[in-house]
Amino acid sequence: MSTATDVPVQQDLGTGLAIRSLSKNFGDFTAVDSIDLSVPEGSFFALLGPSGCGKTTTLRMVAGLEQPTAGAIYIGGQDISGMRPYQRPTNTVFQNYALFPHMTIFENVAFGLRRRKVDDVRTKVMEMLELVELSHLANRKPTQLSGGQQQRIAVVRALVNRPKVLLLDEPLGALDLKLRRQMQLELKRIQTEVGITFIHVTHDQEEAMTMADTIAVMNKGHVEQLGAPVDLYENPHSAFVAGFLGQSNLISAKVVSRDHDVLVLDFEGIRLTMPAARARTTEADIEIGVRPEKIQITDPGQPVPGDNTVDGIIIDASFVGVSTQYLVRTKGDEELTVFSQNTATTQRRVGDHVTLSWHPEHTFGLRAGSYDEAVAAEIAT
Amino acid sequence: MSVVAAASVAHQSPTDPAGSKAGKSTSMDGVPGRRLTPYFLLLPAFLALLVFYILPTLTLASTSLQTGSLEEGYSLTWRWATYGDVITQYWPQFRRSFVFAAVATVLALLIAYPLAYTIARKAGRYRNLMLALVVAPFFTSFLIRTLAWRQILADHGWAVQIFKATGLMQLTDWLGLTQGRVLATPIAVILGLTYNFLPFMTLPLYTSLEKIDPGLLQASDDLYANAWQGFWKITWPLSLPGVVGGTLLTFIPAAGDYVNQQFLGSTAETMTGNVIDSLALQQRNYPSAAALSLVLMVAIVVLVAIYVKRAGTDELV
Repeated sequence: MSTATDVPVQQDLGTGLAIRSLSKNFGDFTAVDSIDLSVPEGSFFALLGPSGCGKTTTLRMVAGLEQPTAGAIYIGGQDISGMRPYQRPTNTVFQNYALFPHMTIFENVAFGLRRRKVDDVRTKVMEMLELVELSHLANRKPTQLSGGQQQRIAVVRALVNRPKVLLLDEPLGALDLKLRRQMQLELKRIQTEVGITFIHVTHDQEEAMTMADTIAVMNKGHVEQLGAPVDLYENPHSAFVAGFLGQSNLISAKVVSRDHDVLVLDFEGIRLTMPAARARTTEADIEIGVRPEKIQITDPGQPVPGDNTVDGIIIDASFVGVSTQYLVRTKGDEELTVFSQNTATTQRRVGDHVTLSWHPEHTFGLRAGSYDEAVAAEIAT
Repeated sequence: MSVVAAASVAHQSPTDPAGSKAGKSTSMDGVPGRRLTPYFLLLPAFLALLVFYILPTLTLASTSLQTGSLEEGYSLTWRWATYGDVITQYWPQFRRSFVFAAVATVLALLIAYPLAYTIARKAGRYRNLMLALVVAPFFTSFLIRTLAWRQILADHGWAVQIFKATGLMQLTDWLGLTQGRVLATPIAVILGLTYNFLPFMTLPLYTSLEKIDPGLLQASDDLYANAWQGFWKITWPLSLPGVVGGTLLTFIPAAGDYVNQQFLGSTAETMTGNVIDSLALQQRNYPSAAALSLVLMVAIVVLVAIYVKRAGTDELV
């Protein structure tokens, strides 16, 4: 799989999936607003966003279940947007699995092969059932299987056809949390084994981060940001992405000076620094963000050299087992959330004076006014 | 209710070994009162069946084996030959009943399937209106509706004129279905049967088609099945319970029907129902009427049993 992603893209459209200026309107509502995406062949790609962001509509347009209002979809350089679903080199794993209730598991998996009159159906089907270790259930009916088993059958029923792109529409949504975790790893394993491009639609950021090589975060029909899970998490380009993928503290500051590639900031009279490359604005007003787990909490007056430090008072502490979540108020009434590993022998209490410190590299800068958007994103999740 | 209460008291008694044993079981069968509940619930239906079906059928069977006349009275003489007599004598009418009912059932299926499919899948917000229209004829009496068909199929009516003008009449004449007219021909009786039982075909079909998850057709579309294959591989097999239900609800009453022949046919289209009607009410030949009724009933039950077994709907979910 990694070898496939390393292959340099020969031409503009590439060998994988390419979406160009794709739009979809339902009456007055614009579900997908002129998006562009390039998915390298053999990668595990996630479309992540809240409900109504256009991710499922995008997937259904690739599958051919929805007609685009405008734009084009290419697979391996070939425009497929005018084709019927059964003519496309794609297969879909549906949200509710859509297994045929009147057919055995074997016949469900064989369905696509039989329609295309492929040879050696038995070997191919059994090979796929082996892949998910369910060959012993070949003669059962779908209703006799558990949710997790049905889910795996839905995946191999699509995969057995060796599509160029496998489309997964919230396939784990109906499973309970524990089974979902297990299936995330299983899907990742299957994808690595077969090397087919997976496009996975989900609203669960943890699911997307666990499985995908690349995530496109979608909001209101647009792609907000596209990148590897680590990049999206560590360097979000918008408050929406920062808020949708995990928690973050956003505070208002002013840019004092730019010293080569370091920005010097003023926050409530305190001097903070951050790499200039991590700021998404060139304005003097800036909103800076830092993830709660990046912040160290220490006794007052013990600053770590080179770190950004801010003093404050603990106003709330919640013990959650592996860590404690503190809410710290600064003298300017900004509130910062801190996740602290429970390595200390004594707990800090509400009312304690503390110093917060974090590495400048862990700061990201967004344009002013982003906080309100982040609140909106929080509500959306 | 007193039985149930007494049973629970006995069950709660700690000295009762059987009761305490049952108490450990989580199954409801462990409570004697509850075990009888299904029988109590079935009681009214069973009594109705006994009084209005089982006893009359036994009387019918007894009548069929009697001899005598209206004037001298009837006595049970165990004359089995009556069965042989009615089958030999009325075989043409008997066969006609099943042929007409079968043709009407097939026609009703051909008309109702696309109709039910459209209502279930394509009607959108007109679905309830269309369903109401399917049932609407029931607001008028069965007899009046069948009489109306006499007008529609009348020799000088517009329907027959169009039929003649387009040359279709020549074709049906040649096939022996019509004789220069539509009324008083087999086709009129079959049309009447088809029309009268159409809602009984449509509603079960609608119910089973409506239950099919549209996602299954998207999946078959995604798995390289074209629309034709999608229909025959997914929609048709999943609608079979409706097909079986609809054909039974049409075929069974159509095979025993006599009103359509009376209003729309001639003596050449007499069906079993008409023979029974005539034997019982005009000739007062009760033993023969009873014997023919039982033969018709058994024939229908046997045909239906074979059909249901072959359709294999018990395999369907």
